[in-house]
Amino acid sequence: MNLQFTLNGKPCSVECEPADTLAEVLRNQLNLNGTKVSCEVQVCGACTVLVDNLPVSACTYLAYEARGKNLLTVEGLEKADGTLHPIQQAFIDEFAFQCGYCTPGMIMAAKSLLDENPSPSREEIIHHMDGNICRCTGYVPIVAAIQRAAGMMTKESKK
Amino acid sequence: MSGEKQTDFQIVNHAIPRRDGRVKVTGKAQYVADLRLIGMAYAKVLRSPLAHGKIISIDKSKAEAHAGVYCVVTGFDLDGLNPYFGHAVKDHPLLAIDKVRYAGEPVAAVVAVDERSAFEALELIDVKYEELKGIFTPQEALAKDAPLLHERKFEAGALRGFEGDVTAGKGTNICQTHKIQWGDVEKAFKEAATVVEGDYYFPMTYAYAMEPYVAIADVTDQGVNIYSSAQHPFMVRHDLKSIFNLPVSKVRLIVPFVGGGYGSKSYTKVEPLVAACSWKAKRPVKLQLTVEEAMLTTRSDDAYTWMRTAADKNGKIIARQAKILMNTGAYAENSPLVVEKSTNRCVGPYAIPNVLIENMSLYTNTVPASSYRGFGCAQVTLPGESQIDELAAKIGKDPYEFRLENAAKPGEEFFPGMRPFDGTLKQDLDTAAKAIGWGTPLAKGHGRTVAISGSDAGAYPLTSTAVRVHADGSATIMTGSTELGQGSHTVLPQIAAEELGIAYDKVNVVSSDTAITPYDRSTGASRTTTLMGSAVQEACQEAIQQMVVMAADVLKVKKEQIETVRGGIRCGEVQLDWSQVISKFYALPDGEVIGRSYIRKSGKFAALPVFWEAAATGVEISVDEDTGKITMEKLATVGDVGLAINPALAEGQDIGAATMGMGIGLFEELVYEGSQLMNGSILDYRLPRFSDLPKQVELHLVQNRDGVGPYGAKGGGEASLNSMAANIANAVDCAVGVRIRQAPLTPERVWRALKEKKG
Repeated sequence: MNLQFTLNGKPCSVECEPADTLAEVLRNQLNLNGTKVSCEVQVCGACTVLVDNLPVSACTYLAYEARGKNLLTVEGLEKADGTLHPIQQAFIDEFAFQCGYCTPGMIMAAKSLLDENPSPSREEIIHHMDGNICRCTGYVPIVAAIQRAAGMMTKESKK
Repeated sequence: MSGEKQTDFQIVNHAIPRRDGRVKVTGKAQYVADLRLIGMAYAKVLRSPLAHGKIISIDKSKAEAHAGVYCVVTGFDLDGLNPYFGHAVKDHPLLAIDKVRYAGEPVAAVVAVDERSAFEALELIDVKYEELKGIFTPQEALAKDAPLLHERKFEAGALRGFEGDVTAGKGTNICQTHKIQWGDVEKAFKEAATVVEGDYYFPMTYAYAMEPYVAIADVTDQGVNIYSSAQHPFMVRHDLKSIFNLPVSKVRLIVPFVGGGYGSKSYTKVEPLVAACSWKAKRPVKLQLTVEEAMLTTRSDDAYTWMRTAADKNGKIIARQAKILMNTGAYAENSPLVVEKSTNRCVGPYAIPNVLIENMSLYTNTVPASSYRGFGCAQVTLPGESQIDELAAKIGKDPYEFRLENAAKPGEEFFPGMRPFDGTLKQDLDTAAKAIGWGTPLAKGHGRTVAISGSDAGAYPLTSTAVRVHADGSATIMTGSTELGQGSHTVLPQIAAEELGIAYDKVNVVSSDTAITPYDRSTGASRTTTLMGSAVQEACQEAIQQMVVMAADVLKVKKEQIETVRGGIRCGEVQLDWSQVISKFYALPDGEVIGRSYIRKSGKFAALPVFWEAAATGVEISVDEDTGKITMEKLATVGDVGLAINPALAEGQDIGAATMGMGIGLFEELVYEGSQLMNGSILDYRLPRFSDLPKQVELHLVQNRDGVGPYGAKGGGEASLNSMAANIANAVDCAVGVRIRQAPLTPERVWRALKEKKG
């Protein structure tokens, strides 16, 4: 079947099977391998992408459900001139990843938080991010990165 | 995070951002899961439902007839291969042959045009079994009427890595034994003023590398080419060489970025199976396990430890004795080494004059156990550090003071025959104690403790590398060390940039391709900074020596007239940077110089261990007496790392390790009921999440430049895990007065202990 949606700001048309998950379509058909798949049961958050600005687990979300919607994956964050999104930059600055396998999902989940709540408290960050697992960092630098990104984004929006 | 900088180095000892930062935050970093070869097929694995059984027959005809299926491989189809592998003991068939030894063991693999077709064909395979009695604990494995898991005799693997004799394959279920002994333990316990004694259990745990095991194999007459998520590509190469009876030169392992390892990706895992699939299907094949399958592939050894520790009337620890039974599961994997290490690590970093530790690992019909971050140390530090607190309490001493009095001193040969202690435990303990507010008032229901560990780390010193200095003055490090997230792609270039005197951004890294990068034995046991870091440093120095000779040639002077300066040479008035030296030597702005290094057990690496990995952790917890739930109020880590090449990365390793250790202390445990793993999924296996973050965290490094590695560095990254379960158990005792000798300290266990205490 044919599906059409907006993907990272551009119209996209793709052929897929009814049973295909969004992660399968992104990774196997659209060559967007930034979205990682780990647990496949919607527990770890590695495959988090935004659909109409809401975080979803692409590993269990059927591609069919995305028809006509607005999708954002980690590949859609960097500006055309190569400038990283403040969350991406903050993750680098705070050493908020090691192996990097959870990172795209972590960054997308953080984006959905900061879009909704530009200056979250530590507790709000923990509550929002609780659906994303990181096995390397102990979460400490990720919280710091989200706080730093919030500061950077607030500054940018005041410019 | 901010690193603590301690020296005047230009590039090392600075918290330079990760080299792999941009590719990882943009989703461009490639893992094996992301790779595809032209013409690639996909494999799926049929697994045994039985824990122990004979395979009577396998009918694969329906599966082979299924649309899209290229072939089905079983243990009956392996003629022409040496299908058993294992670097320690060759006991592991790449697919079950004649019998299955645990529920979840691979019995057949379907190779098909896509994963879905392969998956559909799995249920068309008809396997007939004759069930055999299973054994699931070391105690059952030792029983007189216990069935034998391995009937065959097998030999030590060529790269076994442990010191003792091979015990496995000699007609019992014993996989490995190890013993250390000095002094006179019996006499010491008789004369002791105070003795504590107890039985402890450390659970089976799952590392959960978020990238499950994955490999792509392409087997042709040119050899065996494999892309894999393996930590130790050279070790895996050896198993493949043996399976296919090929020269080393015809086996190539390539490891791109690895999505977490924590020990679980040490040694060979899915590579033999996927290679056999490619060999049969005559095309490249990818095998990617699910997390549920990964949980059926490797776990940590669980350990039953009886231990006693004695002190004299002055509060000096005079003896320790332990008997350990470890459950290694169906195959040895790396457990013989885990047995040796856990035996050694029972001593803790304490100077104890009388020691007797006896350790034995047993085959059982459970998931094979192998390396797990800390390598047997956490298993025995739970009893070891618990008994330090128990002993201090019995004597009436402050446990922190008691540790200070008994911990190994810098330079002390506290473990006979081993490298003298190269850490500073007093400073480690002081730092941890201060960080958690030792001595300040403690709220009711709160407990505060510190604990330490010291591991004989660094594995075996066999490491080589090449550093290529290019004509434009940039450099490429060729390293067999794998980037698992620990930061080797950042730390190694920092060392090269420091040595060559060039910009950090000019150094690139090519890693873990056995056809290209020089041999490195492993990326584990916290050894990379110390061993590969030293190799990179030496290779840079060797390149500089060559460039001095080249400069002398170019300038037509004696090499003694050439003086090296940062980033180049000087001869009288003339100063040339490396780019100029190389370009003038070749008379073209091109070409290169290759610096080399071969590290072996010699010189500063003659003594083992390569270094003692030491760390202290401190915790403050609170216990809800109604539910038994533990809350982490404070956590402090102190890594005794000699010199942190990159302080932020070193601290990141410590907090990551401590969080894994906290998980084991609080809730992580694989649970078997009879023959079946009951929580073999991330839905059921509880992992630390954001909401488990301790309320306050402090990360510290102790940098006394006392390591044998570059600039006095030594390894870190495991030690903060090792003491966490003991720390939590001790803190619970401190908070609510119950002593729990089993991890994890789940709310139910704490609640039951409280109930029992109240009577």
